[in-house]
Amino acid sequence: MTDALNTKELKCFNAVNKSVKKVDGISLVTGQPVYTNDFDVPGALYVRLVRSSHAHAIIKNIDTSQALKIPGVVTILTYKDLPRIPFTRAGQGYPEPSPYDTFVLDKKVRYVGDPVAIVAAETERAAKLAVKAVKVEYEVLDAVLDFEQAISENAPIIHDEPEAVGIHDASRNIAAHFEMEIGNIDETLKSCDKVITRTYHTKTQLHAMMEPHASISYFDPNGKLTVISSTQVPFHARRILSRLFNIPIGDIRVIKPRIGGGFGGKQAIHLEPYVVAVTLKTRRPARMVLDRSEVSMATNIRHEMKYTVTVGATSNGEIKVIDMEGLSNTGAYGEHALTTFMVAGSKTLPLYNKVEAVRFSGNVVYTNLPSAGAYRGYGAPQGLFALDCTIDELARELGLDPLDVKEKNSIREGESSPIFRIMGEGREGVDQIVRSCKLQECIDKGKAAIGWNEKYGKRLKNGSKVRGVGCAIAMQGSGIAKIDMGAATIKMNEDGSFNLLLGATDLGTGSDTIMAQIAAEVLQVSYDKIKVYSSDTDLTPFDTGAYASSTTYVSGNAVRKAAEMVKEKILEKASVYLEEPRENLMVENAKVVSTKTGREVTYEELGTKLFYTFEQEQIAATASYVGEESPPPFLASFAEVEVDLETGKIELVKFVSYADCGTPLNPVQALGQLEGATMQGIGWALFEDVIYGKDGRMLTNDFFTYKIPARMDYGKLECGLVDSYEPTGPFGAKSIAEIGIDTPIPAIANAIYDATGVRLRKAPFNSEELFFEILKEEV
Amino acid sequence: MMLELTVNGRVHSVEINPGEMLLDVLRRLGYKSVRRSCDNASCGNCTVLLDGKPILSCTTFAARATGHKIETVESLEKDGILHPIQESLLETGGAQCGFCIPGFALTAKALLEENPEPTEEEIREALNGNLCRCTGYESQIRAILNITHKRGGLSND
Ligand code: FES
Ligand code: FES
Repeated sequence: MTDALNTKELKCFNAVNKSVKKVDGISLVTGQPVYTNDFDVPGALYVRLVRSSHAHAIIKNIDTSQALKIPGVVTILTYKDLPRIPFTRAGQGYPEPSPYDTFVLDKKVRYVGDPVAIVAAETERAAKLAVKAVKVEYEVLDAVLDFEQAISENAPIIHDEPEAVGIHDASRNIAAHFEMEIGNIDETLKSCDKVITRTYHTKTQLHAMMEPHASISYFDPNGKLTVISSTQVPFHARRILSRLFNIPIGDIRVIKPRIGGGFGGKQAIHLEPYVVAVTLKTRRPARMVLDRSEVSMATNIRHEMKYTVTVGATSNGEIKVIDMEGLSNTGAYGEHALTTFMVAGSKTLPLYNKVEAVRFSGNVVYTNLPSAGAYRGYGAPQGLFALDCTIDELARELGLDPLDVKEKNSIREGESSPIFRIMGEGREGVDQIVRSCKLQECIDKGKAAIGWNEKYGKRLKNGSKVRGVGCAIAMQGSGIAKIDMGAATIKMNEDGSFNLLLGATDLGTGSDTIMAQIAAEVLQVSYDKIKVYSSDTDLTPFDTGAYASSTTYVSGNAVRKAAEMVKEKILEKASVYLEEPRENLMVENAKVVSTKTGREVTYEELGTKLFYTFEQEQIAATASYVGEESPPPFLASFAEVEVDLETGKIELVKFVSYADCGTPLNPVQALGQLEGATMQGIGWALFEDVIYGKDGRMLTNDFFTYKIPARMDYGKLECGLVDSYEPTGPFGAKSIAEIGIDTPIPAIANAIYDATGVRLRKAPFNSEELFFEILKEEV
Repeated sequence: MMLELTVNGRVHSVEINPGEMLLDVLRRLGYKSVRRSCDNASCGNCTVLLDGKPILSCTTFAARATGHKIETVESLEKDGILHPIQESLLETGGAQCGFCIPGFALTAKALLEENPEPTEEEIREALNGNLCRCTGYESQIRAILNITHKRGGLSND
């Protein structure tokens, strides 16, 4: 695509780059019954799981006799009732890069909360009572609760089942391993003026989406197994269910209605196998809804990671070497183990593309804790905390402004990094040049908004309180290149409206709206003429699902292609109808118009003729898209904190984030993604701390003990978008959903240092820890 | 036991189990806008108005609501006309997944009835108990401020 075309396109947007209201907006603000658990299915059984109370144990015996006597209890299933098929819940494309180390029910349990038996009853109350009445006898095993002990000699082996496939080294609890090196680390280090090595540790985080996971399954009147589920990946869910229960893919239908937030937490196949098992056994509809403690401790959490980073640079701050060695905690199962680990490098290291040598290596280990999985940012925030803060430390030790060092070493438009090719997700990546990058503009705007030059290094004091500022820059991707596929079907109606059928999964992100805007832009109609129906495996074409920041870029390109095909067909038909050569015709304002004669026909007139009287044909098209590249969005963030030196209390005075997401197709929705991700990052940095008991039980499994940010918990939040134009994206767009969560932890850590001189290298940051560090500094 | 509940002006006679919470009864009656997220009075998603005041229906006995007027978000739209707070949420993008919106909209309505020109600080305080995991709160706060601006209220920038 030429630059001239880009500029032309930029100037004549009719439907994209506009903050139109969401297509599902009215149903959401009026409280319509649109979520999974709002669907009334007559006669549905209530399904609940008996869960392990031990972190690591073998089930000796399960006695269901008392439970089955409870009135209303219909069936109880244990591992003996289900086929023993190893799989991964991860919900990824096929073949999955995660190990097959999970069974729907197993005779071994690997964390507190692991499913032991499925109870189905006529009422919720009966199901709850039955769960308590099932007697399970365990042989308790030693557990691994500290991920740094997982590979030690005498650690118990968590996955000793012979059927597991794809575990890197089960005998040492290593789920996955990765290493790569470019250039010569040791030689290049020798030529550096300054070398520092630091270790940064990021603890886990809960998704804490407001809607608890829910699934309903039933046989429809034609005998088709139908699953309504709060899933981010309906097509992967269908494929996985097919394999687990040996039902042909075409005989299963998965429908995703509205979802009350996902953030990666609804990517894994958490509930579907349990309701389906009950429906298959009883031939009755089944419904399962998690309660809040289950959402917290028995779905997925974020991978806890620890990185030791060595950075070497010249005395004027040119970074020549980056070496990151990491350890990641995947918990009881290896969902997304390898891929999140690789993303911690692949979505951070290319930022600093001027290095001569770079290495990234480490292990992802099993522990007897809740299983980690996909979570917004997907490893990148953990990697960035370590990398950004080490660079911050290095800059300060060299007596340089850390923002200058980050700025001058970071990637710019037209540049590339060898990392793009070497590190993909679970396999090699794809070579790419950064075609759009307005990182500098993001930095400049953020810097002005926070008042960097006036505040940096000043330690402004007010009584016992002292202020400081910190910065961090980040990048992410837009889908997984050469792997993620999205598809869209568009068909024309006789009134000039269009049905857009999409595999893509709107999680509340507004993607249904954005897809309608893309189709409307191509077809030159107002976006409300595009009627979107998404995420139903029987009715919509395939899509990998909503993850890896892929929807706008991958599914959006599919929509654009499908719309162009439909437009072409409309023009062909109009050419016959108007008796004008095709090249004289263009579409405009829901009409086909001749640029030569001015003759025109409305979509409505043409559509009606095509249905009933003239050259009869249903105009429709399906298009698919797989990204050749994964263009990164960019972000610059700044934090201002105030620390009370007498208590260690950290107040976030202001947080500023400016992002380059290409053309924001719907600026209000794009900004909402940035604000929401930023707030999740702020919560993780300052409040969201998961704590386990000595027995491995998650103690912070509700909103009292696990505090997510509320409206009084932050000062000012300023987010903004800087327009760029990504030539490979639909109308210049890149992704925006994840990147905002990458920077709050490092930016806040750097600000705390700027205020106090204390380096906190373990996140989240708490006042007690900071207070004791402040005391040490003073001594 | 039988109970009489007045919801959005409509009187329901409903059979309830002893100790049943208002949330469960309302959902059973078809008021699905009342959402359960935490079930222990810590998220605000199950908020309904009881005689115009926000209460948490997950921890309020259904029996306690007899003789009072209950409002759910289903009552806000009248003849296809949205309540200003609903309209404003659409404009600012304050409803992402939308799960928290019924609780938010009702709490906001109660706030505006009591204090038609709240400052940003007052808005944050009044709505502090309504958690939202999607929006980062800014677009929802803007939604309320925009209504007060339209009414010629104070600017809080
Ligand atoms: S469900 Fe009632 S406050 Fe959370
Ligand atoms: S919009 Fe999703 S929880 Fe508020």
